[in-house]
Amino acid sequence: MKAETPRPAGSGFGEAIMVPVRLAMGLVDAPLRWVQRKLGLGGMAAFFLLPNMLIFGIFVLLPFFINFAYSMTGGTALFLDDRTFVGTDQYARLFDCSNYIDPNSCTEDTFWTAVGNTAWFVVLQVTLMILFSLVTALILNRELMARSFWRAVFFFPVLLSPVVVGLIWKWILQRQGLLNFALYGFGFEPYTWLNDRNWAFAAAVGVSIWAHMGFYTLILLAGLQAIPKDLYEAAEMDGTRPARAFWRITLPLLMPNLLVVIVLVLIRAVQIFDEVYVLTGGGPGTSTLYLTQYIYETGFATQLRNPGLAAAASILMGMVLVVLTLIQLGLGRSSEKKGSRK
Amino acid sequence: MTKTRTMLAAFAVGLLTSTAAMAGDVRIMWYSDGVEGEVLKDLLNRFMKENPGINVILDNVSYSVVREQLPVQLEAGDGPDIARVTNLKAQSQHWLDLRPLVADAAYWDTNFGDQADWMRPDGSNQISGFMTQITIAGGFANKTLFDQAGVAIPGKDATWDDWAKAARQVAESQQVPFPMALDRSGHRLSGPNLSYGANYIGADGKPAPLDEGSKAFLEKFVGWIADGTMSKDVWVSAAGSTYRAAADDFINGQLVYYYSGSWQVPNFSTKIGSNFDWVATGSPCGPASCTGMTGGAGLVAIKYTKNPEDVAKVMDYLAREDIVKEFSERTLFLPAHKGVLAKGLDFKTDDAQAQAALNEFVAAAGSLSDLARKLPGWHWADTVYGALVTRVSQAAAGEMPLDEAVTRIDADIQAKVKDSGL
Repeated sequence: MKAETPRPAGSGFGEAIMVPVRLAMGLVDAPLRWVQRKLGLGGMAAFFLLPNMLIFGIFVLLPFFINFAYSMTGGTALFLDDRTFVGTDQYARLFDCSNYIDPNSCTEDTFWTAVGNTAWFVVLQVTLMILFSLVTALILNRELMARSFWRAVFFFPVLLSPVVVGLIWKWILQRQGLLNFALYGFGFEPYTWLNDRNWAFAAAVGVSIWAHMGFYTLILLAGLQAIPKDLYEAAEMDGTRPARAFWRITLPLLMPNLLVVIVLVLIRAVQIFDEVYVLTGGGPGTSTLYLTQYIYETGFATQLRNPGLAAAASILMGMVLVVLTLIQLGLGRSSEKKGSRK
Repeated sequence: MTKTRTMLAAFAVGLLTSTAAMAGDVRIMWYSDGVEGEVLKDLLNRFMKENPGINVILDNVSYSVVREQLPVQLEAGDGPDIARVTNLKAQSQHWLDLRPLVADAAYWDTNFGDQADWMRPDGSNQISGFMTQITIAGGFANKTLFDQAGVAIPGKDATWDDWAKAARQVAESQQVPFPMALDRSGHRLSGPNLSYGANYIGADGKPAPLDEGSKAFLEKFVGWIADGTMSKDVWVSAAGSTYRAAADDFINGQLVYYYSGSWQVPNFSTKIGSNFDWVATGSPCGPASCTGMTGGAGLVAIKYTKNPEDVAKVMDYLAREDIVKEFSERTLFLPAHKGVLAKGLDFKTDDAQAQAALNEFVAAAGSLSDLARKLPGWHWADTVYGALVTRVSQAAAGEMPLDEAVTRIDADIQAKVKDSGL
């Protein structure tokens, strides 16, 4: 006769909770055993991955292939069945240029203008976004008065819809907006910020930084808080200057987070559309017309839409994003290897 | 078990009743320039009281939704049951033929026949809908600013140059930011183009390259934007063919002369009130004519509707003479209905300025050129308008010289014609 093991206190409640869980496990146990018998142990991995792969296939791969198919067709019809196969004509039309630096020499000049604008936007916005996010994260990591409040303040714009962000800044920057009202109050002449090519471009960069900086600051702040404090204490005892501590301790240890932020910002910058579309509509002229807006206008907003050309442009943009993602993966792996060697 | 069966039965009954309710739904996509959405809602409430089996759902949307999202829905074989649309001809393959469905097709032919061709495929006798309003493009002058500046408002035969000169004088005298503005719209730009002798339609019925008439006005127009005579805000404020109006600048007293159209009258009447005096001026003259453009918004039935009979009942009701009369009088819109026009209208406004403006636009209808009357029924009109807006605004923003913009306009239009496969 076995002696009963004494139950720990409170186990009655734990047992009660486990009853439905066991019941559920029991229900799926029999079918899963049957599946395992049929597929074998190795096949079970594929079985569990199947739902995820199905979702990925339906919502990512399938649209990609449909989009690719559209890029090989011409005409204005929406359904693929009604469209004419034109091979790589749409790509040839996009690349028909005598000088890629001069959009006016291209058949699809607006596409190349949008490519140029997007490239400039990415360079400026990514650099400034990283810089501001890092500086903000460093400041918010210090012992500040009302630190939680400041963290919330910087994060708040992230919660806003891009359309709201665009509208708010439009009301500030337009001819009869708040900024001109304030300037006028101080005796300055009002200025049409959004009608000036350079200011409109600067506004597009600035507004997108304002809207998204909080998110990246949060990622960097999490990275900063994960750096052991004793490293700084040891450096301080050795008489290391704060700037040197930043370059030698903070930055290297923050690098994994920084890499994630850089790639996320890059991808987001290439895809820029919503807030800038509301803010400037791509103007003045085409000075803030970016690639996504070009695709949207070509595929949906113009009279006699050209879904094939829009699809070709989006495939090209997708390729750029794939390259950026591969760079992220490559950098991530190399930093992992370095970390494991150390 | 019995409980489960009862619940399932209740659920099934619920589903059935909700499906039955859906069968009588008629959804209307509607945009408003002024108060017409509210007037329509009132009229439809009365309709639903008379026809309890039909539930009309009014979706008030912005004009850009009608221009940009509705076409995609239609291409996908989807969309509302009825829609208020301005791009009527180019999308006519999506409209439902109401001829076999309406109570009296002859009534429709008699009263709306003049514009029927604007909204049906070429060569058909389809009844697609009716014009909720006939619009005529034309100008508005801020009379108070003219009076304060001591400058006489140019007369009936004044040219675009006369207006530009007078508006500049007033703006300078009254420290107003903009002498003139013209909506960012190819339709609006086409009025003066036609007055300068433009003809968009080639011998084969397809778009012709821009001619000297168009070039002459476009050169003037871009020059006026560059020297500040014409508001830069409106034309360079977006890329592509996005529509932008300058109505708010006029309402705020920031503009001396505004070239838009008759649909602004109720808007101005409501929003300007007694803030300042304003007058409608018709269209300024060019070397060829003094024409504006005609057009308007049509209410069309969509052929993808699941309830064509109910849709026809709603359309019959809204096209009724007494309803059209009430709608026009309350919205201050010019109706298309011949019977209503013949019997006259008593516009419901105490605003003498609005009354005078409406009369001015009715008079301006007499000076429309033949081409201006033809363009609303021309398949390629919107294609030309879109290309004009896109490229002229680039020239206005200083991105390319006008010559190159004109070359691009022709190339864009040719590419669109080729893409269409027609």
